[in-house]
Amino acid sequence: MSDGALPRETGLSATRSLTARLVTGLSGLMIVGGLILALAAFAYGRAAARDAFDRLLVGAANDIAASISIRDGAPVVDLPVSAFELLALAPDDRIAYQVSGPKGAVLTGYEDLPRPDTTAQDSELYDARFKGEPARYIRVTRRFAERQFSGTVEVIVGQTLRARTQLALSITRNALGGLAVGGIAMLAFAIIIVHSALRPLERLAHRISERDPQDLTPIRAAVPREVDVMVQATNGFMGRLDRQFATMKSLISDTAHQLRTPVAALRAQSDLAAEEDDPARRDQIVAKMHSGTVRLSRLLDQMLSRALVIHRADSARRERVDLRNIALDIFEEGDHATLAPGSEIRLEIAEAEVPVLADELSLSEAAKNLLGNALSHGEAPVTIGAELRVGRARLWVRDAGPGPTPELRARLGERFAPGHSDTRRRGASSGLGLAIAQSVAETYGGTLEMDSDAAGFTIAITLPQAEETT
Amino acid sequence: MIRALLSLTLWLGLSSALAAAEPEAVRTFGPDQPAREITLRTTTDVNILAPAIEAFLDTQPGLAIRFEQWGSNDLYDISEADCASGKPGADLVISSGVQHVVKLVNDNCAATWVSPETTALPKDLRWRDQVWGISREPAVMIYNRALVPPEDVPRTRFDLVDLLRPAQSPYTGKVATYDIADSGLGFLFAFLDSQEASTFGALTEAFARSGAVATCCSAEIIDGVAGGRYLIAYNILGSYAAQAARDNPDLGIIAPADYTLVLSRAAYLPGREPNPTAAKLLDFLLSPAGQRALAETKLIDPITRDGGGSDSDETLALQRLIALGPALLVATDTMKTARFLERWRDIFAQ
Repeated sequence: MSDGALPRETGLSATRSLTARLVTGLSGLMIVGGLILALAAFAYGRAAARDAFDRLLVGAANDIAASISIRDGAPVVDLPVSAFELLALAPDDRIAYQVSGPKGAVLTGYEDLPRPDTTAQDSELYDARFKGEPARYIRVTRRFAERQFSGTVEVIVGQTLRARTQLALSITRNALGGLAVGGIAMLAFAIIIVHSALRPLERLAHRISERDPQDLTPIRAAVPREVDVMVQATNGFMGRLDRQFATMKSLISDTAHQLRTPVAALRAQSDLAAEEDDPARRDQIVAKMHSGTVRLSRLLDQMLSRALVIHRADSARRERVDLRNIALDIFEEGDHATLAPGSEIRLEIAEAEVPVLADELSLSEAAKNLLGNALSHGEAPVTIGAELRVGRARLWVRDAGPGPTPELRARLGERFAPGHSDTRRRGASSGLGLAIAQSVAETYGGTLEMDSDAAGFTIAITLPQAEETT
Repeated sequence: MIRALLSLTLWLGLSSALAAAEPEAVRTFGPDQPAREITLRTTTDVNILAPAIEAFLDTQPGLAIRFEQWGSNDLYDISEADCASGKPGADLVISSGVQHVVKLVNDNCAATWVSPETTALPKDLRWRDQVWGISREPAVMIYNRALVPPEDVPRTRFDLVDLLRPAQSPYTGKVATYDIADSGLGFLFAFLDSQEASTFGALTEAFARSGAVATCCSAEIIDGVAGGRYLIAYNILGSYAAQAARDNPDLGIIAPADYTLVLSRAAYLPGREPNPTAAKLLDFLLSPAGQRALAETKLIDPITRDGGGSDSDETLALQRLIALGPALLVATDTMKTARFLERWRDIFAQ
């Protein structure tokens, strides 16, 4: 760690460095590009060499053609040295030449030289061989219309290809040399650029590693836009962590507060029972202890259920759920029978589907709590139902009683407060159940609605209706 | 010697179809029972190349060299025939008719050879790594010191023209030069002179008017000047002149001060593939040891001026080394040579 590198804590080994990737990529690019360029440069070099040396051929052939004169009715060639000196600019190439008069009679030069396929033009360049070597030729025609002689004289000049090949190769070599130098410079620049571009990342890594382990506040650092995406994602992730920590903390402290009173009461009663000699009174105390533990167990259930709901709010997938199924399941499960034996429950569900996008388990927990509240504190008959009303999906529970007091309703939006007088009186469970229903409704974009009328008190989880799926 | 004679007769029999072309002289160097033998065909006199060849054979035990001396035009003809048949009759050819050798190389008759010795040659003395210039011989004027008064000795071509101008010039009929129809080398010198249009026109006009003599062969002309039959000879190969001047102090040599043509005899390896031993001989001739041996017989000759020391910078500037290259092809063009010879005959027919 002396070099300041961050300790690697995960089992994942780092993949290849960006510099290595860039260098490999660029090298590959340059090799492929270099090959293509080499071929292109060679093709270009050949064309350039061909053009350059073709001009020599043209010059030499015209030079020779100009040296033809008519003497005594016959063409005479006074072969100019300058033509050969011109051709000798390709120093190592052999020279073929021929001058022929009418009917192809050779006047001077080599007897058998290849001729072009066509004879249409007065000047024509073509490829052929010259005594065992490939060569480039030109045929130039000169027309005479004089009193003594009328007709055409043809000049053919050819040259082997050594100088052309050498020039083409040297052009290619020079191009490749330039390319190599440019390529190395590009690679060097690329490495420097990658290093400087990645420096913000290193700074970021250092800042994160230097943070306090408890510090989950968002990272604030001026970083390039590309890296900012990552910082934002990290900040979002840390935010979620932070919220979960906070929720856990409040859950734990709530739980401790909630449990202290009933457990203390149980202990006091058990003390009393231990000291009571009268069996009748002891039985009475035991009966109280029993009902106390039943309430405690319900409280624990609800707390777990709340923890579950809160957990799932962040983590569970949202699925298409039919609220009628939830109502039906709760109705058929019959858990309420243990809670309120002999109570009567009705089911009232719509004909059409009541779809929402939510977590089925959370909704089911919320509805069970509402039902439990109605059974505990409301008056029979208790009805559970699901319906669509003006574009909203409702999962509701109704009893024939007057419902909670207005001041309790007013506090429903607040977080469940431990040790509250009302909760103590009516049992902690009712406030907790409402809090669960409330948070589930809000998690899935809905509300908890309460309504009292002559028929009784209705409480409903109201959610946006899920769109039709195709 | 018997073996050499046998091979000579055999060779003559084989080549009888070839227009009766035959070497002027044949000599075999090396042991009588050689392990290997190569054939060298050249226009150079046996005696002049002998020191270099013997020096080479000292380094090559078991090797014999069959030396054939040819006239330059005959050598060209037989080399051309060899090339056409694809069966080279020689392993190394050295000719003073350098335009012929260039033509043979242009006809793809020569093998390629690259060695440190050949690449050390200046660019003008090699072409395509198939022909190399092995000697440096100036084209000079010679005169008879006894018969030509010092004030008459021509330093330049213009001096020579002036000398021949007077109607009653004592040099009328006493100036000789090569018969270029017979001598490939004479033709080349005259042809290259003709490219210096003004000088050459004046010179030929002077030759024509003064009844100059065109005759054959270096030896005959040199003897003629030494013996007084001619007073001055033009365009004589400096190596032969210098050789002759050793024995005859009356022979004066002038490298023309307007410009001096310098010939480098052209060597090539006939065939598709070089004979390695012949290539070794070539490398030896180009090596310092070989060049020393050639210098002994004046084949490599600093241009000397009669009477005075040579000013090296000035002489170098005046030297026109005959470059071995495609430009010499013009000197082998049939129509061009025919017309040139025609003009030449017109001059000397008068």
